[in-house]
Amino acid sequence: MTLLEQFQLWLGSIWPEWAAYITPAIIGVVVVLGFVLTTVIIFIYLERRLLGRFQIRTGPNRLGPEGIFQPIATALKVLLKEDIVPAKADKAVHWLAPVIVFAPILLIFAVVPFGKGAIFTDLNVGIVYVVAISSLSAVGIYMAGWASSNKYALIAALRAVAQMVSYELPVILSILGVVLMVGSLSMNQIVESQSIPFILLQPLGFVIFFLGTVAEMNRCPFDLLEADSEIVAGYHTEYSGMKFALFYLGEYGHAVAYSAIIATLFLGGWQGPLLPPIIWFLIKIVAVFCFIVWMRATLPRLRVDQLMAFAWKCLLPLAVINLFIIAAEVLWLPESMPWIMVVLNFAFAGVLILLWSKLFTLGGGRVEV
Amino acid sequence: MKFERYGIGIAKGMMVTFKHLFRSPITVQYPEEKLAVSRRIRGNELVWYPDRCTGCATCAKSCPHGNIEIVTHVGDENSYVVDKFEVDTGRCMFCGLCVESCPYEALAMGISYERAQYRRGDMVLSKDALLLSDIRRPSGYARPKVEVTLPKQTLLVYWDKDREEGGQKVNFLTLSKKRGRGV
Amino acid sequence: MAIRTEPFILNMGPQHPSTHGVFRMRVTLDGEVVLDVEPVVGYLHRGIEKLAEGRTYTQNIPFTDRLDYLASMTNNLAYVLAVEKLAGIEVPERAEHLRIIMAEMMRIASHLMAVGFFLNDLGAMMTPVLYMWREREKLLDLFEMVCGQRLTYNYMRVGGVSHDIPEEFLPALRRFVAEMPGLIDEYDQFLAQNEIVLARSKGVGVLPEDLAINIAASGPVLRASGVQWDIRRGDPYSIYDRFDFDIPVGSAGDCYDRYWVRVQEMRQSVRILEQAIPQLPQGEVCAKVPQLLRPPVGEVYGRIEAPKGELGFYLVSDNSIAPYRFRIRPPTLINLTALRDMVIGWKVADLIITFGSIDVCLGEIDR
Ligand code: SF4
Ligand code: SF4
Repeated sequence: MTLLEQFQLWLGSIWPEWAAYITPAIIGVVVVLGFVLTTVIIFIYLERRLLGRFQIRTGPNRLGPEGIFQPIATALKVLLKEDIVPAKADKAVHWLAPVIVFAPILLIFAVVPFGKGAIFTDLNVGIVYVVAISSLSAVGIYMAGWASSNKYALIAALRAVAQMVSYELPVILSILGVVLMVGSLSMNQIVESQSIPFILLQPLGFVIFFLGTVAEMNRCPFDLLEADSEIVAGYHTEYSGMKFALFYLGEYGHAVAYSAIIATLFLGGWQGPLLPPIIWFLIKIVAVFCFIVWMRATLPRLRVDQLMAFAWKCLLPLAVINLFIIAAEVLWLPESMPWIMVVLNFAFAGVLILLWSKLFTLGGGRVEV
Repeated sequence: MKFERYGIGIAKGMMVTFKHLFRSPITVQYPEEKLAVSRRIRGNELVWYPDRCTGCATCAKSCPHGNIEIVTHVGDENSYVVDKFEVDTGRCMFCGLCVESCPYEALAMGISYERAQYRRGDMVLSKDALLLSDIRRPSGYARPKVEVTLPKQTLLVYWDKDREEGGQKVNFLTLSKKRGRGV
Repeated sequence: MAIRTEPFILNMGPQHPSTHGVFRMRVTLDGEVVLDVEPVVGYLHRGIEKLAEGRTYTQNIPFTDRLDYLASMTNNLAYVLAVEKLAGIEVPERAEHLRIIMAEMMRIASHLMAVGFFLNDLGAMMTPVLYMWREREKLLDLFEMVCGQRLTYNYMRVGGVSHDIPEEFLPALRRFVAEMPGLIDEYDQFLAQNEIVLARSKGVGVLPEDLAINIAASGPVLRASGVQWDIRRGDPYSIYDRFDFDIPVGSAGDCYDRYWVRVQEMRQSVRILEQAIPQLPQGEVCAKVPQLLRPPVGEVYGRIEAPKGELGFYLVSDNSIAPYRFRIRPPTLINLTALRDMVIGWKVADLIITFGSIDVCLGEIDR
């Protein structure tokens, strides 16, 4: 039973039933919204500072001690900017797109467990819900690109659809590995059954899931949707003001959400010794995010056809093989000896990655015209 | 059979950025920290010494843009008196040719670099505006006697080493610790 | 069965993050595939060739700074060499050495920019650019120390150089020369073996050897295609024949080779600097040249190996104080003519990196 349901029951004993039902829900929504917005602001600051240090700069450090108020100033600046809509834009779609990109991120947090019982709603199909909701933002990005009536945005929109569809498959297949091992789709159960974090039990699944999610949140090296050296700003080229702010929030909100999901599925969620669960959870989210920033500071981006090839020729077959390996192990290996599984799976992951790297070819990709 | 393309290059690259995370940043927090510019800097605006100037207009002739406008009349003792000496610094490209060509060292490049103006008209400097003053000092460009009196330039080549700056040792690490206090 | 598609025209630039200035490309695309590219130049046209005809030989030196503003020293050098050839002026030894030191420093600085921005075009989020800027900044500091400016040096003069170096210059340069090879190694480690860089740039934007020769390409673009042609060796000017250096030559003529050739050239430039510093003789830095130079009637073509290729000045003198004709042979404009042949059939992203690998400078293309 989640904390929220307990609170609901207690309220029900003193208040009328409808109030007892609505009040906790509202409180939950406010808490989740507050959490997302504050973490997004912190993450924006963190990313800018970290990127600065990776690039031997200091990063923003002028406003407030060590520049911590910089994201707030940025937000204010963006909000005060003029909202420009292109003359030939499809106005309604143009207006709706940022909302559709941003809203699903809040919905994802409904099933993210922050601690024991600290979950907004413990859906029994939690992980399926996450997958379903998170692919909604692809629609928003496509709408943005289409409605802007800008060629750069259109290219980005088409890339978005191709990329999201391709990377959803390996992501889901690697999630299945986790689900097989847990035997449940509920996020709470997934965390509770990780006495050994799944990153050790399923290293290959983790790598696939990580790369897939990085691709889904359009971060380097898969940030083709906003590849600034090619298509200016991608799908949000024609956005400014509040709408742009929503895209910006959406981008970082995605990063927070996926970091949370990665932490939940593979890093043991809120579990950890000594410190309270919520602290452990936050530490894990920040660690995942820092790694993503590190990748962004280092790696160039792939080309669009290589991106597709990577998903279909590399991640997807590996994910299928991984699923079979996990299934076989769950079926035949004795459950009392998980460490055998760790060793086995690391060996499998190493061998498979080495084998697949042989398929890696350099260059090419010219089309006869 | 060689396994060389399995991500080892990516891992190496990540290590390079990781190493840089612990190197001190080379940012200079500009208004608070100012590095010493070159002793020969061809900085903004010119410095004009009316007592040395003979009104020969060599500088005006050597300027590629014709920025310098000089009007003189013959005074007593058979010398020129400069009536008008006007430089349009808005069109100046700070090439230094006028300073190099002046035979009497009556013209020098400035050492300052914070001379933005709101109006183009304000950039046209006349006789009085070009005089030597506290905010308008000559640089050592083509003026070796001035050059030796100026502080030595801060060089980025020594960024991880102690360096002399205005007599006291400063190093980039201590600089970076001082940073970040905000305005 | 092929799906019927319709090509569309994308107008890239003049304001675009990776056109390296104000350059415009009319790109015909079929989806992501480039069908045709039409470069549109001229947004930075200042009429330098015409302006120069109305100014004296000395006054033209600052204008050459503004051609390829990332390599002003070599522009100065090419111009003054042409004028010296025209007027038959001997240059003192110390000035020759200083010129070589400056030109090689400039080559390193220019290649650092080229390599950094090539990697940035690949999408590496400014990091390589900032690392390379750090090194370039060290060089700019040294240039600033010698001639007082960081970008538009105006340092070379007809008959020598304008100033002698200050005493702090050589220790600082020695330190730079000592640490630079290690830094180049680090950059190699950073991205040269990176799988993504290899996948993106190997075999992409190939310029075949015969085409490279036929369009008169020069510089790293030509050498990456496998032609061993460097004016420093092929037609030595100044005192380059006294130095020992290799000419790195690529084989495939793709974007990666152009990148690789530039990195190797930086190493060779460091080698030249290592040899030039101890040799530096004492003495005058500028020959006695009249302030208003009047070269004899005639015409001359002077060329050097600038960082981006063969930079030539064609000067016609009518024995007046100003050149009668002042023609610039900009290396990057001529290299740019190969762009269309290199990118057709590739993706938009390849168009960007191929364009970046040519390393253009719009100041020089539009003049
Ligand atoms: S610095 Fe150059 S452009 Fe400026 S006034 Fe002197 S000669 Fe003219
Ligand atoms: S060249 Fe010197 S002396 Fe002659 S007018 Fe100019 S500033 Fe005066």
